[in-house]
This record gives sequence, structure tokens and C-alpha cells, in this order.
Amino acid sequence: SHEGGYGLGRPALDEEIAAWDIDIRPDGQGLPRGEGDVWTGEELFVAQCAMCHGDFGEGAGRWPQLALGTGTLTSNDPVKTVGSYWPYLSTVWDYVHRAMPFGNAQSLSDDEVYAITAYILYLNEIVEDDFVLSSDSFAEVEMPNAGAFYMDDRAETELPEFSREVCMENCKEDVKITMRARVLDVTPEGGDDAENA
Amino acid sequence: MTDTSRRNFLRGAALAGAGAAVGGRAMAQTPDPAITELPPWQQYLGEGVDAAPYGMPSQYETHVVRRNVPWLTADATSSVNFTPLHELDGIITPNGLCFERHHGGVAEVDPAEYRLMINGLVDTPLVFDLQDLMRFPRENRIHFLECAANSGMEWRGAQLNGCQFTHGMIHNVMYTGVPLRLLLEEAGVKTAGTWLLAEGADASAMTRSIPMEKALDDCLVAFKMNGEMLRPEQGYPVRLVVPGWEGNMWVKWLRRIEVGDQPWHHREETSKYTDLFPDGQARRFTWEMDAKSVITNPSPQAPITHGPGRMVLSGVAWSGRGTIPRVDVTLDGGNSWVQARMSGPSFDKSMHRFYHEFDWDGRPLLLQSRAHDSTGYVQPTKDMLREIRGENSIYHNNGIQTWAVNEQGVAENVEVSS
Repeated sequence: SHEGGYGLGRPALDEEIAAWDIDIRPDGQGLPRGEGDVWTGEELFVAQCAMCHGDFGEGAGRWPQLALGTGTLTSNDPVKTVGSYWPYLSTVWDYVHRAMPFGNAQSLSDDEVYAITAYILYLNEIVEDDFVLSSDSFAEVEMPNAGAFYMDDRAETELPEFSREVCMENCKEDVKITMRARVLDVTPEGGDDAENA
Repeated sequence: MTDTSRRNFLRGAALAGAGAAVGGRAMAQTPDPAITELPPWQQYLGEGVDAAPYGMPSQYETHVVRRNVPWLTADATSSVNFTPLHELDGIITPNGLCFERHHGGVAEVDPAEYRLMINGLVDTPLVFDLQDLMRFPRENRIHFLECAANSGMEWRGAQLNGCQFTHGMIHNVMYTGVPLRLLLEEAGVKTAGTWLLAEGADASAMTRSIPMEKALDDCLVAFKMNGEMLRPEQGYPVRLVVPGWEGNMWVKWLRRIEVGDQPWHHREETSKYTDLFPDGQARRFTWEMDAKSVITNPSPQAPITHGPGRMVLSGVAWSGRGTIPRVDVTLDGGNSWVQARMSGPSFDKSMHRFYHEFDWDGRPLLLQSRAHDSTGYVQPTKDMLREIRGENSIYHNNGIQTWAVNEQGVAENVEVSS
């Protein structure tokens, strides 16, 4: 251990770091060499992903939708997908590689992750069907929503507004109930413990 | 005064709208068998000290459990359940009732095979086992952990009927752990190291980017909660504690910390845990959980069952930016407010308990609580938040909660006009 420490732990070996350090950054740091094309990705997607995410990334049942939804972010029902919302391609590669398929994580080879990522880009109409995603072509892909995120600005937009003197007496002329949870009736029954046992 | 005339008196007082104390005690007409008859527990021997090596709550408390809402998520392994806040008091959440949020189910990590790696922009990348971690100086601190999505289902209005469901993605326990700063110092952070990536050992390999200032300030690498080893569902054997910040960042089954010079923008800080605004733009890195409170009793799952007269209103309040010196309570939907009575210890970025004792005249109530934190921030109404954020930001809903209590004492989750 380094000077001045407690002398605890031991140096990590290169093989150990390589085994665990799998994260990818937007600038491509961490990306392994490799490549995959859209149609290879389609085959893999149909076999490994479509049962939850749908053949075209539309999402089966309540499972996440991966494609389309462009133009919905300002609507009452925003559809946040890789194409409509995700700012960075690196996140797709990283997440598919580290956590998918759900229940069989880290089972895909690097080339398979490239291919599936290429197919997801194609489903989102971000690349053409002859696209080959590789460690070299990675930087060419532009994500449509990349510019739509900004740093937490509550310190400017909310904290001063919400740090004012409060009203204690005669604050409202008339108070009306405007919405009731009971009308929706979607709360699990509290008395039935069987489902939670 | 006979029992009948007393009841008439009480009813008359309620009808007259008298706010004054109705006082007095109920009168028994016949002897109480709970007193006059010998109960079995006074006659026969109970269980011995060898019956329960790890004790459980009373058989009469089996309703005090975490609950889930099946329709919220596609699958129970990437889902959430809820702490039964309406059944708890004080500020400490019992370990077995702490809400759970997993993204790949509960990892069952063998402590003998547990390793923590620190790599990246450090002088010496290191590997620690559990015993190594337990040889560092420890700290004990009480902090709340609130899911960023707590109350998220309520953005569009009153939806779930009970504070367990509307506010129960939170727990507050004492953590024992090693300051993350000491582990980073052991590895030696390079000058360019301004961000950390914390990574979990579960099947979601959870990752979040954390700025170095926070890591060096008050983050803990914790192995104990409320005195005992972490529960598996809370990250056994080691989790990250990120005081005051959204629960997602408190990476469980912590296996690796990488030091870097910029954030990683991983799935849980791009696709998730970013807050969409009506203009289609989204806030990222909304780490702090703002001041918030909720009345736990009465509430939809905890109605008033004792009728009019003396009663105790109780609730919890917390802030990711400090302590809670004050909570205001209203009985009339926000027209008039009184300061509640704070009770129990006040710790930084911890739950606080408040009470308001009063005489209920039996008329309907519109109950709200309003937390003030030590920075001067006052918990906003839901309408104040929606004015700025719209209805689709999912996370960070710390708006004031309203319970409507009717003449029978039944409480309901409602929204009221502002």
C-alpha cells in the first residue's frame, strides 16, 4: 500500500482489473476492439431479447420499449427510448454488456454486444441497415437527444423560491378536494397478507 | 353522567362544532373480562429462552410488513417494495422492514468471496476483503435512504391510498462503516481524479458516477445497519452510504470503485434518474433529496378508531440538505398552520419524528405537514413543484401530502385546491 496509509488491502493485479473494469464512457474509454452489423444484431436480438423487448424494440407487455418514441418527450405521455431519450451510445453498449439479457447478464461476447447495439440503433432509425458498429465507427454515431440534458439547477430555480417566509394564518379562502385516490382504487388490499407472505 | 348521556354530550359538542377539549373518560357498565378473567399467559408457562435464537415480532403484529404493488413494474426482481411507515414510530426503521429496491434481485454474496476493488486514477489499485475493511477506523451515523422515485406515482394526482405506498420508499438506520475517504487515501487518488464510479456485484452490476467532493465528504462503505450485518436485500456484506442523496446511488453489494476524470453517464444516470421537464429537456445529476414530510398517523392505512377527543397526530420529516428544526401541521387543508412538536434526536440527513396532540371534535379534517430544513428551505406544495417541473419528471416528488379524514376517522389520499 501507499505511504502513509494503514497498510490494508493488496495491489490489484492487471488480470483482476481487466475482469471487473468493464465500464464504457461516452468518449469511448473502455470500449474493447470488435464489431457487429445490423443483421447479425437482428438474429441475436430475436433470439435473446425480443421475448421481452419485442421484435422491433417495441416492448412486450410491461417490459421496456427500446425504440422510437421520437417527438413524444413534450407530450403528456413521453416514450423514453434509446432513440428518443438516451444521450450517449456508450451507455447502450455498457448496459447491454453488463446487465442484459435480464437473468443472464454478461453472457454476450463483445462482438455480439456491438451487433445488438447496431440493431437497436437501426430500430431507432439512427443508422442504415448496412451499418457496422465497431470500436472505430463508434464515435460517428450521433444520438438525437444528446443535447437535451443539463446539470441539476435547483439551486437557482427552486431553492430561493422555496425558502421564503410561510403563511401560518388565513392562508386560503376556500379549500376544495380536487382529486381522490379512492376513485382510482389501485392500492393493493392491506388486509390480504397472502400475496406478500 | 351515564354512558348514554355522555355520548349525547359528545355528539352535541361535535354538532355544535366546539373546538374546546371534550375531555373526560369513558365509563364501563360491566366489569371488563380482560381484567376479571385469568388469561392463559398469566397461568401457563411461555416459551423458554431457547425458543427463538433470532427473535421475531409478536404474532399480533404480522400485518406490519413490507408490501409491493404488482402493477408498478414488469417483474418482481427489478422492482420495489414499501416500508410500513404508518406502523412505525421514532426514527429508526427495523432492518426487516426497510424497503427494498433491486434491479436484478437480491445478490447472495458469500462474505468469504467478497472483494472490493479500487482502480482507475489511483497510485496503487487495491483489493480489499471484508476483514481488511473491518480493520479501518469506523464511523456510526444515522441517515435516511430515500428512493428518488418515492412518491413518483403521485405526480399526476392522488393515486395510492396509504403512506406506505406514497412515501414508503425510505428507511432510516444507523450505519457502521469506513469513511470512503480512508479507502481512497489508501489507494492514493491522482490529481486528475475528480469522479468515482461505484459498481455493485449483483446481476444488474449497478453503476453510478459520484463527484469526488461528496466521496471525500461523508460517504461511508458500510457493513452494518442498526448494529448487525447488512441484510442481503440491503447489500450484504457491503454497501455504499451516500448521505442525503437519492437512494439509487447507495450501491449495494459494492464490489468496485473506479476513480476517473469525468462522469460515466451510465444507464442509471441517463435513461433513469434524470428528470424530464415539459419542454423535453431533462435535469441530470439531481442528487440531493429535498426536505419532505408525511403524516403517518392518521393516514389511509391508519384511521382514527377511537372516536372524537384526545388524539395524537404523528409523522416523519427529513432533508438531504441538513436537519429538520421545524414541521408545521394544518388540520384544514392549509388555511391555518401550527408548529408540530419535534421529538427524538435530530441528526444530519436523518429522519425526524414530529407529533401534534389535539382534541378532535369529530369534524372532517384535511391534514398536511410542511417540513422546514436547516438551510431555510420549506417543503413546497405539489402544485408549486408542478409549476416548475410539469408532471413527467418521475423522481424527486417532495410535495406536501394531504389526507382527508372523514367523520368516521377514515383517511384518504387526496389533493386540495391551492
